Amino acid sequence: MDVNEYLGLFLDESQEHIQSINTQLLKLEQSGGADVVQEIFRSAHTLKGMSSTMGYERVANLTHEMESALDLVRGGKKESNQLLLDTMFIAMEQMEDMIANIENGGQGANVDVTETVAAFQAFIGGKEVEVEKTSDTSTFEIDLYTNSVIEQAKQTGFEAFQITVKLSDAVVLKAARAYMVFDRLQELGEVVRTHPETEEIEQEQFDLSFDVLFLSQETAEVIEHAIAQVSEVERVEVTSFTGTTDSEPEVAVTAEPITQEPVQPVIAKEEQKETKDGKEQAAAQAQAKTIRVNLERIDRLMNLFEEFIIDRGRLERLADEVGQPELNETVEKIKRGTNELQSLVLTLRMMPIEQVFNRFPRMVRSVAKEIHKKVQLDISGAETELDRTVIDEIGDPLVHLIRNAIDHGIERPEVRLQAGKPEQGMLSLRAYHGGNRVFIEIEDDGAGINVDKVRAKALERGVISDEEAGAMSDNELAMLIFAPGFSTADVVTDLSGRGVGLDVVKNKIESLGGVVSLETVTGHGTKFQVSLPLTLSIISAMLVQVGEESYAIPLTSILETTLLDEADILTAHRERVFDFRGQLVPLVYLKEMFGIETETKSQFPVVVVRKGNKLVGVVVNDLIGQQEIVMKPLGTYLEGIPAISGATILGDGRVALIVDSNDLF
Amino acid sequence: MEQKWVVFSLEENTYGIDVQSVRSIERIQPITRVPNAPSHVKGVINLRGVVTPVIDLRLRLGYEEIDPTDETRILIASLNQGDAGFIVDRANEVVESDEVRIEPIPESSRDMLSAHLTAIAKGEDKLFSLLDANALFEEQYAE
Repeated sequence: MDVNEYLGLFLDESQEHIQSINTQLLKLEQSGGADVVQEIFRSAHTLKGMSSTMGYERVANLTHEMESALDLVRGGKKESNQLLLDTMFIAMEQMEDMIANIENGGQGANVDVTETVAAFQAFIGGKEVEVEKTSDTSTFEIDLYTNSVIEQAKQTGFEAFQITVKLSDAVVLKAARAYMVFDRLQELGEVVRTHPETEEIEQEQFDLSFDVLFLSQETAEVIEHAIAQVSEVERVEVTSFTGTTDSEPEVAVTAEPITQEPVQPVIAKEEQKETKDGKEQAAAQAQAKTIRVNLERIDRLMNLFEEFIIDRGRLERLADEVGQPELNETVEKIKRGTNELQSLVLTLRMMPIEQVFNRFPRMVRSVAKEIHKKVQLDISGAETELDRTVIDEIGDPLVHLIRNAIDHGIERPEVRLQAGKPEQGMLSLRAYHGGNRVFIEIEDDGAGINVDKVRAKALERGVISDEEAGAMSDNELAMLIFAPGFSTADVVTDLSGRGVGLDVVKNKIESLGGVVSLETVTGHGTKFQVSLPLTLSIISAMLVQVGEESYAIPLTSILETTLLDEADILTAHRERVFDFRGQLVPLVYLKEMFGIETETKSQFPVVVVRKGNKLVGVVVNDLIGQQEIVMKPLGTYLEGIPAISGATILGDGRVALIVDSNDLF
Repeated sequence: MEQKWVVFSLEENTYGIDVQSVRSIERIQPITRVPNAPSHVKGVINLRGVVTPVIDLRLRLGYEEIDPTDETRILIASLNQGDAGFIVDRANEVVESDEVRIEPIPESSRDMLSAHLTAIAKGEDKLFSLLDANALFEEQYAE
């Protein structure tokens, strides 16, 4: 088998199952439930099967042990405990690492799982749960009605017995013998239930043995003796029936006997309800059917579609020239159709951010545990959709911000109590749409950013000057934590000590066309806001002309455009500058930068672009206008060309390059 | 195994490139210059919605640059680094391996080109050098 062919599928599905297990584990930890265990077991089982098929032995080994442990819990032979939960959480983390390793071409053997496997085996080999053992032998699922009958009988001096009758192999008339057994039993007490059902026994629809639930004032020995006298009965077993427990009268009181639900301990009843919910969920999920489509295919579809849109433009122009009404009408129809198609095609790459958010509950749990803080995570807007590429990239920056919030934001429980706050810190993670951007907010109710400390450190490190510090608002000062090489942590914890600063987070977000900002109130908490473009590929840009060539400058970096006269150009340090609202701003001639032969007129447009708080005036020949453009990569071959970040296809089908204004500084 | 080559010309010389790696053969079309790119990179074209770099094979292989003619073609090749176009004077034909003999490059003609050449194909009234398109690309920064 060529496993490579299935690798993508394996990776996708493993990640889904790991995700699902993580979600279910959290559920199990919070509320427990047989259906949750069942769900985890199923996922673990699938993971095991897939990984051993693919030959990733370590993954298979780990999931096998986990499956075995869960099988015991599932079968009621063992009870799940905190140790098992923790082991499973660890196992999932290791699984993730191994899957990531496989994704990068490894064999998933990068993680040492011996300890985890040993922990599972210890659980498997440990003492079994004793409570369940006796009822284990019971073949009867007792409904509430039966149960109350038994209870009442018990109160009037009856005993409940489970009787197993095995007829001899040579028996000719099974039903007749069974009838004789029942006949004897009638004399001694009352038959409550049989297994199989009485009707089935009468019709000989049973093997050689059948079970009877029996109420009697006689002793087991007497009953046994009475039945054994029936000929062709090979063996009789009479045991005291313990399917009813002390807690059950409560159940009998609260539940209506009509429902005929199988009787289990009280907790089990809630599980039952959850199973129903689970089924409903499953049904809802089944409605939204999905198929996996290779991202490349979608990109190809988009490329072809854009090409089509360009041809549509040509068609419109031609139809205009011809002026034939029927042609115009048809073109108009095509236009409407393609508009709808366009919005549809653009949504194909969109995915709910849920995929990213899903991993956070577990992460928050483990981070909080690690540093002994209590944190409750509240997630909203997980259904918000984003471009697949952004989804793939935004995870790490968010992880960093969340870790940061738990590590530095939320105080330790005792500190919180002193400050009159609830012991448990609140961390909110929100996503929502606004305009053509998506906002993600991470808000904690912790101590807030210590602005004085930030200011002191920034001054000490020379990030800002005294004057600048004086002119900055608290939020502006707080933003300095995103400056390169900045860290306010007093104690180097495992989290903050990993040498990755928040500046990396900021850069990553900006590379996705995003902006990060924050609000902080001392003593009340901090809110980080990340705003991202809805789709990566479409940006607003100013098209400019230099000689024969057109270039696009992204609008996000443009402060404004202005007209400049030759006479306005000043020289400072042999650099051409101009006065922009009292500030000397350097000029960059695009024709020089890009080696374009053209004459600049005596009056020319300047596009003022900014990078941080620095400004540069870009000199061009003409401004063509503002336009939404689809950003396309130049390809690996032309990667690294200075001041060019990509290309776009213009309405006339020609390619225009996109200026990376960051390189102009 | 049977092999096929797309055979094209630069001046009087003919070259062959594995047909498997050729996606399409395009007529010359507007090319957007990419500033500060290596000189043999003519720029990028819009190839059915994909921005594709185009190399002037004349410049790449040390010929003189000429203005495009009616016969000028862009061979779109699928390479390790993605698709790229090669501008050639003329695309002649597709030659199958049973029409030619493959011979090693003669020692005497090992010049600057031979790094991109893998062999010589000889047949009745046919003679062309086999080009390794990936090598043409990969070496560009090593120059």
